Parts: sequence; C-alpha cells; structure tokens
Amino acid sequence: MTTQALGSRRSPVVWIGGIAVAVIAWFAIYRQLEDFSRSAVARMPIPQGSALASSIEFFLYDTPKVLMLLVLVVFAMGVVRTFFSPEHTRAMLAGKREGLGNIAAAGLGVFTPFCSCSAVPLFVGFVSAGVPLGVTFSFLIAAPMINEVALGLLFALVGWHVALTYLAFGLAVAVVSGWVIGRLHLEGWLEEWVRNVRAGDIDLQPDQMSWVDRFEAGWNAVKEIVGKVWYWIIAGIAAGAFIHGYVPAELLSRIMGVDAWWSVPAAVAIGIPMYSNAAGIIPVVEALLGKGMALGTVLAFMMSVIALSLPEMIILRKVLSLKLIVVFATVVACGILAVGFLFNALFS
Amino acid sequence: MRDVKVLGPGCTRCKTTEEMIKAEAAKLGVDVTVEKITDYEAIAKFGVMSTPGIVIDGKVVHAGGLPKTDDLQRWLRA
Repeated sequence: MTTQALGSRRSPVVWIGGIAVAVIAWFAIYRQLEDFSRSAVARMPIPQGSALASSIEFFLYDTPKVLMLLVLVVFAMGVVRTFFSPEHTRAMLAGKREGLGNIAAAGLGVFTPFCSCSAVPLFVGFVSAGVPLGVTFSFLIAAPMINEVALGLLFALVGWHVALTYLAFGLAVAVVSGWVIGRLHLEGWLEEWVRNVRAGDIDLQPDQMSWVDRFEAGWNAVKEIVGKVWYWIIAGIAAGAFIHGYVPAELLSRIMGVDAWWSVPAAVAIGIPMYSNAAGIIPVVEALLGKGMALGTVLAFMMSVIALSLPEMIILRKVLSLKLIVVFATVVACGILAVGFLFNALFS
Repeated sequence: MRDVKVLGPGCTRCKTTEEMIKAEAAKLGVDVTVEKITDYEAIAKFGVMSTPGIVIDGKVVHAGGLPKTDDLQRWLRA
C-alpha cells in the first residue's frame, strides 16, 4: 500500500464522529423544512391560498425533504448491502427446493445489490449453478421492485403502514409469481446457450471489509444513486405538485376511487409500459393518495411501473425466449392485479 | 505483460473500471493489455454474476462494483 493510499483512508473515529454530526444537522434542518416552504411562499407575490401557491409550497417542501431522506436511506442500505453479495446469495439458494426457495429468494432480493445492467449475468449465474428457474424469477422480481429507495420514500412521504404493506405485498407477488413460473416447467423456453453454458467456478478471496470500507461503500452508494436519480425526483415532485394544486379531488376519486373496479387493471395497463424508478414515481403516488385515489390502485400502479419495464424485458430477451418473457410479464401483472383488488376490498 | 480483461455489458462503471486499471498500471509502470468482454455468454463462462468483473492473466480477481485502488495495485503487482 502506498502512502498516498494510506493518507486517503480516514479512521473509523473520524467516520463515526462525522456521521453523528451529520445526523444531528440532518434532523435540525429537516424539522425546519415545512416552516421554510410556508414562509417562502408567503413572501412571494402570488395570491395566497391559490392553486399556484399550493403547488409551489408542495414543491418547495418535498424537494429538499425527498432528497434528504434519500441520502439517509441510501447510505444506511449501502452499508447493510456490504454484508450481502450475489455470489453469496447464489450459494444460499442453489439446490433449495421450490416453495421455501422462492421465499428465501424474494427476501434476499431485497438486500442483494442489484442493478439492471447485471440482470443477465446474474440470471445465468443462478440458473447454471442449479438454482431452480422459479426461484431465480422470485429473486428477479423482488430485487428491482422492493428496494431501499421505494421503501424509504414510501415510509417518509406516505407513512409506515403503506411502506410495510408495499413490502409485504411486493414479497407476496415475487414469491407466488416465481412459484407459478416454476410449476409451469418452462426450462425449455430459455435461450439455448443459457441451457448449455457451464459457468466457471470462481474462487474469489472474500474482501476483507473493515467498518471504514462499509461506510465508504455507503457513501459511494449515495453518490452513485442520488447522482443518478435526482432529476427523476425533481420531475416526479413537479408532477406531484401540479396534481396537488390543480387536479380537483372529486375528479380523481371518482375515476380512481375504490368504487371504480376497472381502475386497477387500468392502472396496471398504464404502468407497465411506463418506465420510471421508485424515486420519480413516489411523489406522484403521494399526491394521488392525497386526492383520494384508492390505496390498492395506487400500489398496483406503482408496482407495475417499477417491476415491469420495457427496457428490462429487452435486456432479458438475451436469455429468455419471447414466450417466456410473455409468461413472466403476464404472471407478474396478474399478481399485481390481485394485490390491487385485494387491498381495495380489504381496506375500503 | 499482464493480460487484463474487464467483464461487463458496457455500463458506465465498466468504462470507469477500465480507465482505473490503465491509470494504476501506468502509475506502477506495469505493461498491460486491457480487453473488454461484453458478450454475456463469455461473461457467464467466467462465473461472474455481478459486473464489472476483472480477470487478470485468466484469473477472476474481482466481481461487482468499482474496484478499490489499493486492490488494483495489489493485483497488478502480484
């Protein structure tokens, strides 16, 4: 190790002290956000109490709030994720039977680092190591759908009960959809090279990670994820602010309320081709809920936007036949529909 | 001459990894050829599941995420 490398590594004490100071400052600022947005709007030369004022206040309040929450949640999850790796997860899932395997896969999908650009190597790695196809799908459905950004933002903007519901029902969709796909025995519908590939054994030295490394990984996750999604967030909050100020509540609750049964399939049909990530969609979800849209419908919309996306399916086409992609999308869409209907029926 | 392969479908992090390897090799004065492997089948054959992966002289030394500079120097020197 060179002296330069040594010099760039801060000691754990500096990290812990820095985190403590940052957390205190974070809470101090966070508590002021609502007053700040209200007094800022009060000083603007616009009619107070108008739709415009209400939109601007929503925007000024939500933008710093969402960004601050995102930094906190992504940092914490970035640290937690250093304890998981795809190689480790695969070893845990290989040879697992269906059923229990689906549950384990969906649960691990929440914590294992995943990015859509490595969906294909991951898929091939799982299948070639003897992880059953249905179990692999449970993982592949849970990993993008239930992530720290979605859960953290739901928790902060809409409340813990919605976040918990999303987690529980998202896991259920992943477990059941994967199990159904496994029961259908569609291994023959994989692309031929995937069935034949013999993945090499790799013998990676497990990275020796100190707490400083884990903190650094958390900070890198913040730089990478927040750097990638901030413009989605701004766009989402702008859309949410518009809905908040201008869309009349009666209109939305009439067409998207509990009484309109067809609103759930409509929400899923609109959501599948839409491609956004959790960060962009949740401010919209917040505003829609505020206008009286039924919770089940909102959850179905959000799940279909995040879990089923055209770009991901195009990537997966490299390993799955078109038939298998259609089955995958159909099964997941049915699961999401069921969640929407069930939820509207239970909690209306 | 060290033979280095960067495994990955071409995401930003794979490009950054490639540049990091070249920079560290230049710093250490180690001769390297850096080759990018973007074909999924070839990546799978190395057993790598998370990209970018790094292979030095046929041996996988890293998978998933950007490598640390200290590690890069250690692998290139070894």
